[in-house]
Amino acid sequence: MSSSMKFTLRDMFLGGVRPIDKIIDHIKIEGENATIDASGLKHKEVNDLLRYAALKKVKKVNLRNVCGQRYIGTRLHIPNPCPKLEIYIEGIPGNDLGAFLDGHRIIVHGNAQDGVGNTMDDGEIVVHGRAGDVVAMSMRGGKIFIRDNVGYRTAIHMKEYVGKIPVLVIGGTAQDFFGEYMAGGIVILLGLNLKKKERHKAHYIGTGMHGGVIYLRGKVEDYQLGKEVGILQLDEDDWKIIDQYVGEYSEHFKADKEKIMDGEFIKLVPVSRRPYGKIYAY
Amino acid sequence: MKTFLLPEFTIERRDERCIRCRVCERQCSQEGHYYDEELDTMFHREEVCVGCQRCVVFCPTNALVVRPHPSEYRPNANWTREKLQDLKKQAETGGVILTGSGNDKPYRIYWDHLVLNASQVTNPSIDPLREPMELRTFLGRKPDMLDIEISDEDVEIKSDLYPNLMIETPIVFSAMSYGAISYTAFKSLAMAAKEFGTLFNTGEGGLPKDMREKYGSNAIVQVASGRFGVDPEYLNVSAAVEIKIGQGAKPGIGGHLPGEKVSVNISETRMIPEGTDALSPAPQHDIYSIEDLSMLIYALKEATNYEKPVSVKIAAVHNVAAIASGIVRAGADIVAIDGLRGGTGAAPKIIRDNVGIPIELALAAVDKRLRDEGIRNKCSILIAGGIRCSGDVIKAIALGADAVYIGSPALIAMGCTLCQKCYTGKCAWGICTQDPYLTKRLNPEIASRRLVNLLRGWSHEIKEMLGGMGINAIESLRGNRDHLRGVGLEEWELNVLGVKGAGE
Repeated sequence: MSSSMKFTLRDMFLGGVRPIDKIIDHIKIEGENATIDASGLKHKEVNDLLRYAALKKVKKVNLRNVCGQRYIGTRLHIPNPCPKLEIYIEGIPGNDLGAFLDGHRIIVHGNAQDGVGNTMDDGEIVVHGRAGDVVAMSMRGGKIFIRDNVGYRTAIHMKEYVGKIPVLVIGGTAQDFFGEYMAGGIVILLGLNLKKKERHKAHYIGTGMHGGVIYLRGKVEDYQLGKEVGILQLDEDDWKIIDQYVGEYSEHFKADKEKIMDGEFIKLVPVSRRPYGKIYAY
Repeated sequence: MKTFLLPEFTIERRDERCIRCRVCERQCSQEGHYYDEELDTMFHREEVCVGCQRCVVFCPTNALVVRPHPSEYRPNANWTREKLQDLKKQAETGGVILTGSGNDKPYRIYWDHLVLNASQVTNPSIDPLREPMELRTFLGRKPDMLDIEISDEDVEIKSDLYPNLMIETPIVFSAMSYGAISYTAFKSLAMAAKEFGTLFNTGEGGLPKDMREKYGSNAIVQVASGRFGVDPEYLNVSAAVEIKIGQGAKPGIGGHLPGEKVSVNISETRMIPEGTDALSPAPQHDIYSIEDLSMLIYALKEATNYEKPVSVKIAAVHNVAAIASGIVRAGADIVAIDGLRGGTGAAPKIIRDNVGIPIELALAAVDKRLRDEGIRNKCSILIAGGIRCSGDVIKAIALGADAVYIGSPALIAMGCTLCQKCYTGKCAWGICTQDPYLTKRLNPEIASRRLVNLLRGWSHEIKEMLGGMGINAIESLRGNRDHLRGVGLEEWELNVLGVKGAGE
């Protein structure tokens, strides 16, 4: 083979993507409802059909046979007046579910992978199962409910601005670097699947945190916390917040709200809004 | 603690010229000048002087001279004054030394060791004043081949084309965020880009709502590790989206915008609470590999309905060619590379001065690698960090760049004197500050005029140089190393640059 052999470029995302008229039989629209059969569709094809549905003024989509397709809901920033969609997913959506989500609602009947709600702007994601790493990374608004566990670096760099405060509720436990760099938002970790006296799994909880709040139900040791967070007891306002979102969690997943509220909660907040203000020589 | 530092600058006031107008006192943001009414005399504190020359320029009688302080330690080639002063400062504070703007150390500047060709006898040169000369540049992915159909008088392109950016000169304003620079400076860049038909880059500070409709189509919007100000509208009003992985002034580390700079307007644009530090993590935590980068590139393409080119900006580091190849394979339409001398609003000095490689070598290596692999058409190359004049621009294009980013030159055009104190937020020129008393010194109408003049002047010069080479379109010079020769370079340097020595 000559030394000038050219490498071929395999396009993992767009290779083999079919135009919409070739996949149109995967979608059935009846009035404001649509059903999409995602079997055999690529990432882009699924979103092509979702966008197609949105432009046809569909309000509710049943997305069936999902198997690893990424970015579901990402391409739905459509200038007004376009209704917000409700997308019911059966199967396992791929990475970046609802990334940059613009106010739509996604309900997953199954597990989710990495990057759920990445830089999500508004809307709601409900996962009836577990989720992978970096859930709610840089999330800016809206709500995410995960029934079971989540992976590493959950809620990393979540932020908030005035009234726009993102909320993340997790029923199970989380892995390390939970709430790292958090700059805002409300995170509630319930630990419902921990055994009695079993502590949460994560270390470096809230490391580098400089905004927002984490409510943690269940046992956690001091050495599991990052050095930028402090532990506070809950006040009345905190209980109102927890009551509201645990209520929503219980509704979504048919959980026993009273039993959850009976558990012990602590509140983690940053000790400074400027954790690294003193490391520089001016 | 008593400071052992020597003043950096000395202020000389020629009292016979001083009319006590107190302009210097008002102009100095460091409180370096003051007036004593009883004595009717101006005094100064030279230990606070940063040498920005604001007072000198505005003194109506030229009564002031500001120059490096003449006090010197015993001469020592090893322990320079800067090394001694930095060490003393750290002994007094225990801190990481901050600095602003680009690397000022005497690393070899390859632009100054490359010379351009001109036509003599065998090929006529072209006069751009009277003959057509094309600087228009398209940034983005180009198809592998072009399928056309000719019917009667019509020619139709059958191949699928990718979104491209059209700019009227191969010069784009570098990423400088609103927050790092003032609103007036940020707006000046946007206005100039729009007027001249080129682009500005928002950096990682969002795009203020009131600028979106008018200037969005001239904005490259950045998505960086802090994801500040990133919302679906921000992505969709832009001309292109840029994923920032690294910056030439501080490869491998994130940014800290100190809380005191996060004012009401900045907090709204970045969507973070007022007064908190804006911390950009060192990595993007959804990117730990080329595959992950690919995931974010396509997430952004999805979020923008495949209508915008996606750029990936990295700092020039050791294996830059292999990294750039990975970036192109990951689906980027533009690869932006920021070199060793790239500027910053704030960076640890030790990193700015020691990490990264010169842009000239990085550019030549990347261009060669992408050509060898047959994927050069799949991306445009934008380079940043070290462009000082139109000569540097045209040499960069001959080394393979599609266009260049200019940051420091744009700031200098607006008044910056490279005093390197951007991180203090007290820029007396109103550029790198959020203090309303200082920012109103910069009038966007006037500052954008200076920027447009700069682009016009450089573009004319580029046309003259192109014409001299007998070339009438910038496209024909791109990667055309035959028009470059090296002077005073080692063989390995010529090899990396892919140019012959002068006389060869």
